[in-house]
Amino acid sequence: MNRALQTTGRTGAAFAALAVLLSALWMGASIGETSIPFSTVAQTVANRLWNAGYPLEPIDEGIVWSYRLSRSVIAASCGAALALSGVVLQSLLRNPLADPYLLGISAGASTGAVSVAILGVGAGYLTLPIGAFIGAILAFALVSVLALKAGRGTAAIILAGVAGSQLFNALTSFIVTKAATAEQARGIMFWLLGNLSGVRWPDAWLAVPAALLGLVVCIWHARALDAFTFGSESAASLGISVRRTYFVLVGVSAMMTAAMVSIVGSIGFVGLVIPHAARMLVGVRHGILLPASALIGAVFMIIADILSRTIITGQVLPIGVITALVGAPAFALILAQRRERA
Amino acid sequence: MTLSVSHVSWSAGGTEILRDISLTVETGEFLGIIGPNGSGKTSLMSLFAGLRKPRSGVVLLDGAPIGSLSRRDVAQRLALVEQQADTGERITARQAVEIGRTPYLGPLLPWSPDDDRIVDAALDNVDMTHLAGRSWHTLSGGERQRLHIARAIAQQPEILLLDEPTNHLDIGHQISLLDLVQRQELTVVAALHDLNHAAMYCDRIAVMQVGCLVALGRPRDVLTEERIRDVFGVDAEIDVDGGGLCHLRFRTQRSHARVTAVRPANLSATGGR
Ligand SMILES: Nc1ncnc2c1ncn2[C@@H]1O[C@H](COP(=O)(O)OP(=O)(O)OP(=O)(O)O)[C@@H](O)[C@H]1O
Ligand SMILES: [Mg+2]
Repeated sequence: MNRALQTTGRTGAAFAALAVLLSALWMGASIGETSIPFSTVAQTVANRLWNAGYPLEPIDEGIVWSYRLSRSVIAASCGAALALSGVVLQSLLRNPLADPYLLGISAGASTGAVSVAILGVGAGYLTLPIGAFIGAILAFALVSVLALKAGRGTAAIILAGVAGSQLFNALTSFIVTKAATAEQARGIMFWLLGNLSGVRWPDAWLAVPAALLGLVVCIWHARALDAFTFGSESAASLGISVRRTYFVLVGVSAMMTAAMVSIVGSIGFVGLVIPHAARMLVGVRHGILLPASALIGAVFMIIADILSRTIITGQVLPIGVITALVGAPAFALILAQRRERA
Repeated sequence: MTLSVSHVSWSAGGTEILRDISLTVETGEFLGIIGPNGSGKTSLMSLFAGLRKPRSGVVLLDGAPIGSLSRRDVAQRLALVEQQADTGERITARQAVEIGRTPYLGPLLPWSPDDDRIVDAALDNVDMTHLAGRSWHTLSGGERQRLHIARAIAQQPEILLLDEPTNHLDIGHQISLLDLVQRQELTVVAALHDLNHAAMYCDRIAVMQVGCLVALGRPRDVLTEERIRDVFGVDAEIDVDGGGLCHLRFRTQRSHARVTAVRPANLSATGGR
């Protein structure tokens, strides 16, 4: 293959991906209970970013900029981050059912976040996302130990994940019931379901860098992930330092999951289903699978957010409900497919 | 390029699995490792590959303890084909071989036309070019095994470690694979179950028995009737032909039992007549 051609192809693909992402964001800002024309969206962005000075209805401009666009950007970061975590966990654990939600990492992050927010663990030194990160790491460690004791297989890991999720969800409920005020409790329960309602621009300053950093670190390790195709021993004999790779990639998955959980709560199935969809479209090589999963995850979440705002008039569904409605049947399909192949 | 172990022991799960093994692999030789199931062949291979740390003793690659070298450095000199390696990923045959280039690639060292050429040559070498586009899970056991070998070749090592490379292969492919390995002019360490193949292809044979190295030397010196009875519990007849090549014929336990049971009767019968 011609090297120059290859590079051109890759640059072209990157531009196409960016175009798709921007169009999805544009749609996210335009579609809603009141539909706002695409041109208004473009003018709003121009006004806000470059002081273009287009005369617009302040209400429209406010809805587009402060409400819909911030939501869409965070939804996109969240979808990309969860999809990347899913790819990484599935490849490292060689388990098609691995994802941060099923493995209890999201549940651990929720417990960590709630401990900081309600119990005041860390006495002001720990922020919510850091609490979530510690919770995520603890949950992964617990689930790994359980899975090792249970015999390492695909099913063992998932069962350990179920046990871990249940434990951490119970801890979260316990903390919330014991220490939170009624109003706090209602807010937290809504957040736990996975919810974009409260998000504003400042949250994007955590969500976007977390997703971008995750993307860069994962792509940096794309070849190492390819080397895990035949297992970790084989990866080691191909020159991968297995322990370091595990450490970095599990850490980065936990970081992304924790960042997203601390902003929008735990959202299921995205990390599980998107990587499978991406594999079907672009194949299994991580150099292309990782960016493709991030893009598909981002677009999927923007669309899920639009649906959550429009599907019931006058009501906003938690986005976790939409992802579960799409994800659970897809999960069932993956299970059925696995049986067919076995 | 030299690989050696000296006084290595290794334990797992509280039992000692390899005991005080010392062995130097000579450059360019084909060293066979034989021994019954569970005698420690695979364990010894993974020590050689630096995948496990010995409890005591050292593994030296070119005079340096293998643990002190980077994994990438080791992987550029030494390739391992595991006894069992499979994947649920939907990769193609060619992709399974491309993975062998990993030790030469990185985030800042992208895939190059050279890599393509090396992969093509490796596929051709194991006679799998025509199946390069097939998906892994549709391939037969023998085809997969040949791709594992191709991956190891694409790794361009100086030492090839093969754990039961002829598993799953029909006799034609067993012979052609061993021929192919011999042709590579690499240093080869191979765990083999077929003693005739070991005799045909190996310059030296190491015999393992419950974690100990019990013999090491040229096939005709190592493969003796007593040793085979002792290590494998089987009776064998061994002919050494004009070229110094050993041929082994085995007797089944049953025919063996009949022979010992019948012979005294025969003897007494002839004696009676
Ligand atoms: N990680 C481990 N934990 C406990 N026991 C182990 C471990 N690895 C190997 N063993 C044991 O060590 C012994 C040697 O195993 P090894 O796989 O090296 O044998 P082998 O000679 O390759 O056998 P085979 O011909 O069946 O491949 C076996 O009894 C095995 O059960
Ligand atoms: Mg073995």
